[in-house]
Amino acid sequence: MQLIRKFYYGDIPDDASGAAKAGPAKPASDWPLWEVFIRSKQGLEHKHVGSLHAADATMAIENARDVYTRRSEGISIWVVESHHIKTSAPEAAAELYEPAQDKIYRHPTFYDLPDEIKHM
Amino acid sequence: MEHHNLEQIFQDKIDQEIKIEPRDWMPDAYRKTNLRQISQHAHSEIVGMLPEGNWISRAPSLKRKSILLAKVQDEAGHGLYLYAAAETLGQSREQMIEDLHSGRAKYSSIFNYPTLTWADMGAIGWLVDGAAIMNQVMLTRTSYGPYARAMVRICKEESFHQRQGFEVLLVLSKGSDAQKAMCQDAINRWWWPALMMFGPRDGESTNSDMSMKWKIKRKSNDELRQQFVDMIAEQVKLLNMTLPDEKLRWNDSKKHYDFGDINWDEFWQVVKGNGPCNKERLAARKKAWEEGRWVREAASAYAAKQKQKQQAA
Amino acid sequence: MTNASLIDFTLYLADSTLILGQRNGDWCGHGPVLEQDIAITNVTLDLIGQSRSFYQYAAQLIGNGCTEDQLAYWRNEREFKNALLCERPNGDWAQTILRQTFFSFYQRELFTQLLHGADTTLSAIAEKSLKEVRYHCRWSSEWVCRLGDGTQESHERMLAAVENLWPYVGELFVAAPYETALQIDTATLKSNWMDAITAVFTEATLPPPSLTSTFMHTGGKNGQHTEALGYLLAELQYVQRSYPGCEW
Repeated sequence: MQLIRKFYYGDIPDDASGAAKAGPAKPASDWPLWEVFIRSKQGLEHKHVGSLHAADATMAIENARDVYTRRSEGISIWVVESHHIKTSAPEAAAELYEPAQDKIYRHPTFYDLPDEIKHM
Repeated sequence: MEHHNLEQIFQDKIDQEIKIEPRDWMPDAYRKTNLRQISQHAHSEIVGMLPEGNWISRAPSLKRKSILLAKVQDEAGHGLYLYAAAETLGQSREQMIEDLHSGRAKYSSIFNYPTLTWADMGAIGWLVDGAAIMNQVMLTRTSYGPYARAMVRICKEESFHQRQGFEVLLVLSKGSDAQKAMCQDAINRWWWPALMMFGPRDGESTNSDMSMKWKIKRKSNDELRQQFVDMIAEQVKLLNMTLPDEKLRWNDSKKHYDFGDINWDEFWQVVKGNGPCNKERLAARKKAWEEGRWVREAASAYAAKQKQKQQAA
Repeated sequence: MTNASLIDFTLYLADSTLILGQRNGDWCGHGPVLEQDIAITNVTLDLIGQSRSFYQYAAQLIGNGCTEDQLAYWRNEREFKNALLCERPNGDWAQTILRQTFFSFYQRELFTQLLHGADTTLSAIAEKSLKEVRYHCRWSSEWVCRLGDGTQESHERMLAAVENLWPYVGELFVAAPYETALQIDTATLKSNWMDAITAVFTEATLPPPSLTSTFMHTGGKNGQHTEALGYLLAELQYVQRSYPGCEW
């Protein structure tokens, strides 16, 4: 089914371009995928910045250094193989996160204090 | 939940400008469109390293050599970010690369034009990267989260690319007669292919409304192209050069530049593989990948051995 | 120490880093995998950056408005002083990696000596470059291990690379007159370098090399090169020379 056909930079439709037909899918034998977390400066947490491929952890850290800190974006790197990351299910989002939404008394702005108290 | 309900929820998110994330439900066509677009974009970055890579060994000063190396290397980084974004949709990078090599997946046609002189490094930075940036800035707001995030990172890094390209031409435009001629010649050769980068006229791109509805794409080809022409027509004056289009003139009623007809036959010929460098570009990518196979295998084998040693210890 | 020796030595450092950078630069866009394409280009950028620092210093010593680009683009084959090792062809990934390992470990030892040398500018450049060089040592020697102890094919390719490159390492430890003038201790360089390389080779399951059992080529340090250099310079220098006196 050819639902969409777009013609702009980076997207030429297969049928209009004389492209070869799809071959049978091959199993992936890539180096494993790693997620990269970088601390941008001392005192800040490591933050997820992206992913990359590497044969082992040593290489993953060095690849992360070469790929994600070319412009001095970091001073410390964590890597973890992507398959080790467990995520919450989007379908469960309602029961997981919505119950917190009505607990507005957890936020400081919920409380009305006299103007004289500037900082509390 | 019923399928049609899921589709409604999906569309509501898009309408409310909520990004779609990898594990969210999405229509199959949305997944496929994104996968195709992101992987083609990634391939374009990687193949795009070749025409400029040609000139690394011949850069006319050590400063220019460093800048060009850094720039071409950035393109590798951009390809990597994009492959990673596409991988979140469930296809391996290796599969994408094989699709490129088999001719099944495409890349931007612009990279099938040759780089003949040093001035081409300037023209590519200014015109080709300039055109790409218009598209990429739009894509920072695209609806698929990983793609939008990759584009934000890319746009940040890309800003130096266009500036260095313009500077290359600026220096040439103030140089000797031979340098000026080289500068004008490069602009002449890259102008029309750069305009083609935005794709066919809007009337001919059928069904792109779906892509607009899903906010993968947010501006039409002609809108972006016009924006580009308006920008470049002004900037070229700073170089004391001209664009190779007799019909180019300011239209005061439209508040835009009018410009001449694009040679669409040439565009489709290049897309279909008959451009000046299609075969060389693909051959170079295949060669690098094939000759790299033993290297990748060796690293995997070494990693496995090390793991075994660790477990035994 | 005469000024001439200092200039020659600085040019030796500049030429060696430029020529190796020029060789490595050919990998950009053609690496075995995207991540390593980026990695080797980082090494290349460091090398070109180092060469610029050395050329700028040499130009300053020479005076008369001399520039880094005049030195890189307007000297001929017989004037280049780079080590022969640096101009050897890329070959496959094994050869490129091994060439880098040999050179980076040599740079590490040499720059460490320069840190305490008499010339403060060279010490400063060495100090900055050492950080880069230590990373190059790590990155390239890890690859020697991966390839040496990877698959049968990669092991054989490493052996071939050793055979191709080994005859060019001896030159690094034969002092040129300008090195003697600058009191470079090539004997210590040699023994430290051999220890480090032997350790890498052991880890990589490669047979330990010997500096005495192989005939070693020399000449690069004094401007007598292999045939490979002429082609390399023709490509590197052609734009400057086609349009003399231009700004780029």
